[in-house]
Amino acid sequence: MTAIPETSLIATSREQSIRSAEDAFREEQRRRRIRGRVLPVIGIASLIGLWAALVYVLKVPPFVAPSPQLVAFTLVDRWGVLMTNLLPTAIEAISGFLLGNLAAILIATAFVHKKSLEQAFFPVVVLLNTIPVVAKAPILVLLLGNGMEPKIAIAALICFFPTLVNMVRGLESVNPQQLELMRVLSASKSETFFKLRLPNAVPYLFSALKIAASTAVIGAIVGEWIGSNTGIGALIIQSTYNFDSAMLYATVIVGSAFSVMFFLTITLIERLVVRWQPANLH
Amino acid sequence: MHAPAVDCHGVSVRFLSERRTVTALEDVSFSVQPGGFTSLLGPSGCGKSTLLRVVADLIAPSEGQISVLGLSPEEARKDRSLGFVFQDAALLPWRTALQNVELPLEVGGRRSLPTGAATPRELLALVGLAGWENSYPHELSGGMRQRVAIARALLGGPRLLLMDEPFGALDEITRDRLNEELRRIWAETGATILFVTHSVYEAVFLADQVLVLAANPGRVAAVETIDLPRDRDLLIRDTAAFVAIAARMRTHLGKGTH
Repeated sequence: MTAIPETSLIATSREQSIRSAEDAFREEQRRRRIRGRVLPVIGIASLIGLWAALVYVLKVPPFVAPSPQLVAFTLVDRWGVLMTNLLPTAIEAISGFLLGNLAAILIATAFVHKKSLEQAFFPVVVLLNTIPVVAKAPILVLLLGNGMEPKIAIAALICFFPTLVNMVRGLESVNPQQLELMRVLSASKSETFFKLRLPNAVPYLFSALKIAASTAVIGAIVGEWIGSNTGIGALIIQSTYNFDSAMLYATVIVGSAFSVMFFLTITLIERLVVRWQPANLH
Repeated sequence: MHAPAVDCHGVSVRFLSERRTVTALEDVSFSVQPGGFTSLLGPSGCGKSTLLRVVADLIAPSEGQISVLGLSPEEARKDRSLGFVFQDAALLPWRTALQNVELPLEVGGRRSLPTGAATPRELLALVGLAGWENSYPHELSGGMRQRVAIARALLGGPRLLLMDEPFGALDEITRDRLNEELRRIWAETGATILFVTHSVYEAVFLADQVLVLAANPGRVAAVETIDLPRDRDLLIRDTAAFVAIAARMRTHLGKGTH
């Protein structure tokens, strides 16, 4: 008679202990999440603090290095100029990004489709890639003039190589048993490409796109160093020549912020597209 | 008597490389009756997977004749009479379990199921995965992935199911359970099964005929009909009859290796 309430009593006390363990775990997770957000902020804040202290203590003149307060003031005061100059850089970086990656994807497809093409032209691509960006820029300015075109071309070229290499790897690194499966199913070459190789390459493609997102911005800025009156690159050169260090720092911060936003956008798209766990990507 | 489901005559396979020529199979002859369950048993390197791939038209034999369901292997493959289950499930990680089973309907010119054939959902239920249709492969255990692969191979009602050590990478408990289920699936579908394994127990428990292969070069060491009741469960492995057959298999294997 008394056995029933006793077992239910044990059951409730067990339930309670499980629940309190779950609550403790959740609380610990929440604390860890907050710490994950607060710590980077502390890191950046301490860096800025150190910077302010050094400028103040060593009495660095503003034409050599500005104080963080001065940079912040410049960011607000000259926001209009900064944004007018960010626009062309952004257009060049994004256009170059699209153009370079599209070309890389198409050429990777051709390489995988026809091995002899890869054997003939991959060395050429490697060779072109060894030319540093600062050397490519003047060549392209001579070829394409002073407008946006050479900047777009530089941004495109800089995106092209990592995407090509990754895309070729992604298209080729298909599990041999999956290839045999496609043959048992009598799949055509194009079916094997669209159903197997292309989806297999998507995680590889995104690794490359994330690199390309920040390098495309660098490409556009380097392009603007040579023969340009607008853009983040031009602004960097101008403020350096004018010993306007606060403006130089503000420009660099705007350029970097844009790069980070570009990178985060690609990461977000990746999360939406790649919902599976790639089996053979480390 | 029907024509055999698989008929091999003097099949040899040689792989050429710059350094040396490897004879994977030499003069292999055997046949499988329609509706039969044949195990290919042998040590690694005896060419049992190669033999399975010759039947599936994945490897062309250097010599010999093969007929599969009365056709050439290529015709049988194009006719979609074959189902193949690989050692690693070979699922596409970006597709859910159901989408993986549906893959055969999207390639190779086949867009609809033959009338009366089981639907992808029914096949997932047959392999015990009802309710897991929308899970991705990385959310499934190794055994469940292999079940999805079996369901995919069964789509369209193939008359011949080729299985290449499908349970080789699984733990023993899961493997035992899948062995029992495979016997049930075989009985329910009526397909002919050719099953590659290096486990004596698995080979004997599953099959009604065991083909023992020897290595270097791969050749047939023995063919034995398994005289066990058609209705079996795992307990049969403890019976004297089973133990005796398994012992004979090991003797065949012992003779074949050097």
